[in-house]
Amino acid sequence: MASAFEYAPAPESRAIVDIAPSYGLFIDGEFTEAADGRVFKTVSPASEEVLSEIAQAGEADVDRAVLAARKAFEKWSALPGAERAKYLFRIARIVQERSRELAVLETLDNGKPIKETRDADLPLVAAHFFYYAGWADKLDHAGFGANPRPLGVAGQVIPWNFPLLMLAWKIAPALATGNTVVLKPAETTPLSALFFADICRQAGLPKGVVNILPGYGDTGAALVAHPDVNKVAFTGSTAVGKEIAKTVAGSRKKLTLELGGKGANIVFDDAPIDQAVEGIVNGIFFNQGQVCCAGSRLLVQESVQDELLDSLKRRLSTLRLGDPLDKNTDIGAINSEEQLTRITSLVERGESEGAERWSPACELPSAGYWFAPTLFTNVTQAHTVARDEIFGPVLSVLTFRTPDEAVAKANNTPYGLSAGIWTEKGSRILAVANKLRAGVVWSNTFNKFDPASPFGGYKESGFGREGGRHGLEAYLDV
Amino acid sequence: MSTAAPHALADVTASDSTLRRFLHGLPGVDAVGLEARAASLGTRSIKTTAKAYAIDLAISMVDLTTLEGADTPGKVRALGAKAVRPDPTDRTAPATAAVCVYPDMVATAKAAVAGSPVKVASVATAFPAGRAPLAVKLADVREAVAAGADEIDMVIDRGAFLAGDYLKVHDEIVAVKEACGTAARLKVIFETGELSTYDNIRRASWLGMLAGADFIKTSTGKVAVNATPANTLLMLEAVRDFRAQTGVQIGVKPAGGIRTTKDAIKFLVVVNETVGEDWLDNHWFRFGASSLLNDLLMQRQKLATGRYSGPDYVTVD
Repeated sequence: MASAFEYAPAPESRAIVDIAPSYGLFIDGEFTEAADGRVFKTVSPASEEVLSEIAQAGEADVDRAVLAARKAFEKWSALPGAERAKYLFRIARIVQERSRELAVLETLDNGKPIKETRDADLPLVAAHFFYYAGWADKLDHAGFGANPRPLGVAGQVIPWNFPLLMLAWKIAPALATGNTVVLKPAETTPLSALFFADICRQAGLPKGVVNILPGYGDTGAALVAHPDVNKVAFTGSTAVGKEIAKTVAGSRKKLTLELGGKGANIVFDDAPIDQAVEGIVNGIFFNQGQVCCAGSRLLVQESVQDELLDSLKRRLSTLRLGDPLDKNTDIGAINSEEQLTRITSLVERGESEGAERWSPACELPSAGYWFAPTLFTNVTQAHTVARDEIFGPVLSVLTFRTPDEAVAKANNTPYGLSAGIWTEKGSRILAVANKLRAGVVWSNTFNKFDPASPFGGYKESGFGREGGRHGLEAYLDV
Repeated sequence: MSTAAPHALADVTASDSTLRRFLHGLPGVDAVGLEARAASLGTRSIKTTAKAYAIDLAISMVDLTTLEGADTPGKVRALGAKAVRPDPTDRTAPATAAVCVYPDMVATAKAAVAGSPVKVASVATAFPAGRAPLAVKLADVREAVAAGADEIDMVIDRGAFLAGDYLKVHDEIVAVKEACGTAARLKVIFETGELSTYDNIRRASWLGMLAGADFIKTSTGKVAVNATPANTLLMLEAVRDFRAQTGVQIGVKPAGGIRTTKDAIKFLVVVNETVGEDWLDNHWFRFGASSLLNDLLMQRQKLATGRYSGPDYVTVD
């Protein structure tokens, strides 16, 4: 929005974070090169600047890491819960102390705005470690019987959209319950996991309890297929999740999958409209829409469609897209060229299928990977943009006439991760929430997270729960 | 009576029941969401040139206020001089929008700002409680206007509002507006801290606008909770929606509790990102404040010179 009140640039300083020119794999408490010496580069998606060169783990490295985790498991699992808790509390505090540094790092490597890493990602990372630290000595009282046992070595593969937060979701419950970990961060965002390795050393965590193996899909495949891994946890796309399910089928490995979504944000005509608009924006443009539980389908009651869309368009024109390190940036960069290509092609498909595309006037930077916030109206259930997960800042607007129709449309997807309900009528919230097949249903808010609240999917959005008491079950032999 | 609104919504005020139905049919306000939005706007980082712009804009929007039992002509003259030239060491500092005083001080204030663009605003209608017969309230207004007030800051009858007697509140505002005539712009104070819920604040905002308010104003500064970024955001949404429906633009004035430059800038960000630059002007947005001005001036000096001067380098009135 052009205005007399132009905000001057307010960049967060990069000086607080010291990124080394190269990083090794983190195995058995030491940084080490890959056995075959392979490396890959990680770039800043906002500028395409190369940030660092990272060792790329191969099968031999997976062997070493799993062996290190197996060796560490014996002592780690035998520690009293209160002792394990001490390490987790220490990690949580170090994350808090280094939160500004980690926020800047994450913004550089991922492309998301500093506002989000500072106010959402990092506080949640620390909260997750604090929360599961609290469980470590109370497992007898978690509802799984006396003295529940850990599984062993957990092989964990995490995505690039919330690199450090997804690491926290995976590592905190695993360690609290006495497992040891081999974790593969995504190839486009390995840095915060490697900084986390340093935090493990700073916290004095015993060697081998946490191992970090940067790499591509083949590294992840080797990890989940490794015969000495007892537990596989994956967050990422449904296609890869299906492959993993096939790999572990017939083995004794316990599996949890947190996959894609096509969340419906349902706005009834008695909704608090101004707050609903904020919730819609937060639901689909938070982290550039690269969120598995994004509210990527807006289901709006026909009687308030025009009013709501006018408000939404006006609000979108105030979004500030640009330098992710600027404290006033609302929309940052798309994480990778590959993802940008995917978003672009799905949006083109939406246009060619006849949906009406709209974006606010918005200048995109010349370098880096960018996509303007985008709305599709005149969308029907048959459109690709209403069915496929786009994983980008693209909202498909559909309408409904009655609550039953809203529920039917919301559930008419192979996914079932999240949904939102906007109405001032409490009884309607309860009635609709009961009928939605989604792991998380938010009412009059969206994308709210808390470590005490379990998170996970129905149908092709995966199975197993992360967070809360339920999140312990995935890492216990129960 | 109910004759104020010559716009698209005129029939809303035809009777008690139409008015009630309209006000209760406004979209609800989710308190958590509203406060979260206001807090998120509060994290905007306003630096360098943007800060300089915001400080000068904020100074030009101040209704420099003294509303004490101990007010004297001397105090009011000092206030007037300060409003006209806030920083005696720097003539580039803009004047404030207005001085705001009790009705018996209007003539004194008028003389003190004579020849300057600074307006004289007077509280009236048995400020701050508003607990007086209508005839007394109207006499209060007429006296202030006769003494030269450019703006009248009235309080609504919160008792009638909370009792659900919306038409009474409406008609009282209409009567006060008539008493203001064409000479004075009318600011309608809701005392949001006493209305207590955001739904009430939205209803009061529409009620005030339907009745002919030129400005809607949060509070008197005399109760525990006064202007907040959230209630001001809500009132800005109301004036935005009212203009969209009627074409009539209404001003907004948060008052009470805004003491620092940081606070004032947060409010300006809320204005900028809710209603945009049409309201970034002291004809449409004001701060009701007394101590705010000195902090704005100190921050202005800091920006200009690179160092903090201290409270002895701005005038104490």
